[in-house]
Amino acid sequence: MDTAFAPEELAFRDEVREFFNKEYDQALQDKLASSEPLVYKQAVIDWQKKLHAKGWIVPNWPEEHGGTGWDATRQFIYETERAASGVRDVVPFGLKMVGPVIYTFGSDEQKERFLPSILASDEWWCQGYSEPGSGSDLASLKTKAVRDGDDYIVTGAKIWTTYAQFADWIFCLVRTSTEGKKQEGISFLLIDMKSPGVKVNPIVSIDNHHSLNEVEFNEVRVPVANRIGEENKGWTYAKALLAHERTAIAEVADSKRNLKQVRDFAQREINGGHALLADPMFQKRLSDIEIDLMALEFTELRVLASVAAGGAPGAESSLLKIKGTEIQQAIQELRMEVAGYYQGVLPTELSADQLGHGFGVKARQAFMYGRAATIYGGSNEVQKNIIAKAVLGL
Amino acid sequence: MNFDFSEEQVMLRDSVARYIQDEYGFDIRQRIAHSPEGMSRENWRTFAELGWLSIPFAEAHGGFGGGAVDIMVVMEQLGKGLVVEPYLATVLLFGGLLERAASAELQEAFIPRIIAGECQGAFAFLERQSRFELADVATTAKPAGDGYILNGEKVVVLNGTQAEYAVVSARTSGEQSDQHGISLFLVALDSPAVKRHSYRMMDGQLVANLVFTDAQVLAGQLLGELDKGYAQIETAALQANLALAAEALGIMEQLNAKTVEYTRTRKQFGVAIGSFQALQHRMVDTFMAYEQTKSLLYRAVCALTDEEEDAATAVHALKVMVDKAGKHIYGEAIQLHGGMGITDELDIGHYAKRLMMIITTFGNGDYHQAKFNALRYN
Repeated sequence: MDTAFAPEELAFRDEVREFFNKEYDQALQDKLASSEPLVYKQAVIDWQKKLHAKGWIVPNWPEEHGGTGWDATRQFIYETERAASGVRDVVPFGLKMVGPVIYTFGSDEQKERFLPSILASDEWWCQGYSEPGSGSDLASLKTKAVRDGDDYIVTGAKIWTTYAQFADWIFCLVRTSTEGKKQEGISFLLIDMKSPGVKVNPIVSIDNHHSLNEVEFNEVRVPVANRIGEENKGWTYAKALLAHERTAIAEVADSKRNLKQVRDFAQREINGGHALLADPMFQKRLSDIEIDLMALEFTELRVLASVAAGGAPGAESSLLKIKGTEIQQAIQELRMEVAGYYQGVLPTELSADQLGHGFGVKARQAFMYGRAATIYGGSNEVQKNIIAKAVLGL
Repeated sequence: MNFDFSEEQVMLRDSVARYIQDEYGFDIRQRIAHSPEGMSRENWRTFAELGWLSIPFAEAHGGFGGGAVDIMVVMEQLGKGLVVEPYLATVLLFGGLLERAASAELQEAFIPRIIAGECQGAFAFLERQSRFELADVATTAKPAGDGYILNGEKVVVLNGTQAEYAVVSARTSGEQSDQHGISLFLVALDSPAVKRHSYRMMDGQLVANLVFTDAQVLAGQLLGELDKGYAQIETAALQANLALAAEALGIMEQLNAKTVEYTRTRKQFGVAIGSFQALQHRMVDTFMAYEQTKSLLYRAVCALTDEEEDAATAVHALKVMVDKAGKHIYGEAIQLHGGMGITDELDIGHYAKRLMMIITTFGNGDYHQAKFNALRYN
């Protein structure tokens, strides 16, 4: 057992740190913080193109498909440095979700058609899993795809679709059979968002932002060639993807960064003549979270190490998802309390300049949208069902 | 980065696990715990033959030269078996202090005997008033002739009943809670100047209060430098907390496994109670508490092995987690076993009681969280 970094790993850490410090500049950060949707979208694409040019856009893909070939330690270092530098993670839908499904289960034609544009961020993807009537019970989904010659005719609706308004493509789970078990009649389709019959309806979320949508499919024609793998086997492909997704949404490295920010701000915030950070009650709450996070960081390392040794992330990814999102929310809650009165300030009423800082506004937005983390990717209650069955044998 | 055990560590783990499986069933454990000696001499000889008593000692002293990982591997298994033999007191505390602080002569005289299973020892550091404060030492050692005269009382001395010798902390200068001015002495306990009051704790451990009245100690029995014993006490506490956390992890694993198994077989309302989602989710929570504790244990062990600066912080965090997760896990184990969970007959309550004492020994969660906070936020 050994977790010390070798000299070449320390050199790698310095290289990553230097790259982020240099390339993730203020101009880019300002654009990423823009409330103008298209400015934001272009900034994301610009940044991801920089990462692609550097060869770091998909650290965990196999080398033959454009990955880095890094081992678990280097991936961990990269993630830690990225978050510590305040660098946002890539938009996951193409790079972390459908990309791995395409290179694992897709045909050669599909790999050739889609992987290069995913890597180059030339096409924006979104995810079509949940439906208005199918949330935690995902396999009950009803959006149907009926075969018509070389096409499917897709009818139904998907919901909670993040950035559908930006997307060129959507990957969807659709029903191709109502025979047998509900999991066995599902297929995995790639659908062009410009197809006639696709309609995007915005949903404003609790943080007053528009990132979520409902996507309607009204007899949308989709070539059979856009189906991944076999008909009615989509659930198998989706499950493999979900384990990756859950591991990614633990966001341990980002939580470390966020907790440090809370701590730094509590150092500056004065309460009764003393720094809030000196308050023993506050220290207790802070260390409750920090100790849990120190543990989760090693839980994640243990999972990474076992995946690197040939295992696939299985039920452990559910543990990472549950603890990771609980910690995210605990940090968001503490940040709200550090913000005090300013947690209530709306940016449309008072600017960050007038307030002296943007901490309260950011705290509230993160706290409010952060409620979603224990719901998306399979609610934490569903994750507990998975662990009970797969790990405890109940 | 890897979390694998070496081949030797796997063999060591399997050897302890097999012994507990074959020779240390719960009934046998209870008989040993209730025996007058509170331990089995025969078992102790076997531990020596199997090499377990040699693990933390340098090869120069005939030891195995093991590190924190090796100790963790052994302690985790001893925890699973609720082993009452004084491995922590004699090998890790008493032996560890001699290995780190004693003169070459004393090491020569004692360490081979410990390894051979021929010497029982203890570390007498706790006093009635000191609670978790390691520097609160009122016992005095005053220079007299070619040595010192010891006066005072030590309480809840682990293995204090069987120990022939103890390392005793005593004040040689300064005020009662000063870190400076504490010295460590090797003291023979079979002496008219030492009175023992033996008693049993709820976890089956046989401990003692030791009263020293003008006990004479030779200058050569001072461990390390005069007045500078506190750093050694801190190191001993840190090592002990790692070992105790490993023991706790073994207990947590047993409690979780036994609880899951029980709910799979116990039927109510015509079905196994483990089929109820309300209970399943609670068992998932205790599973996660166990995994998180394991992660922090690995983190602390690695930090100590690599001599990282924040090793102490990691151990404080670990003890906080052991406190929190331990209480959570034994609480759920008792509740989910229903009425059977509160019987003395079932092992569940005995695992719970050992966990409670582990949480308390060398500082509970609150104590360590205050230390953690001071290191991280002040």
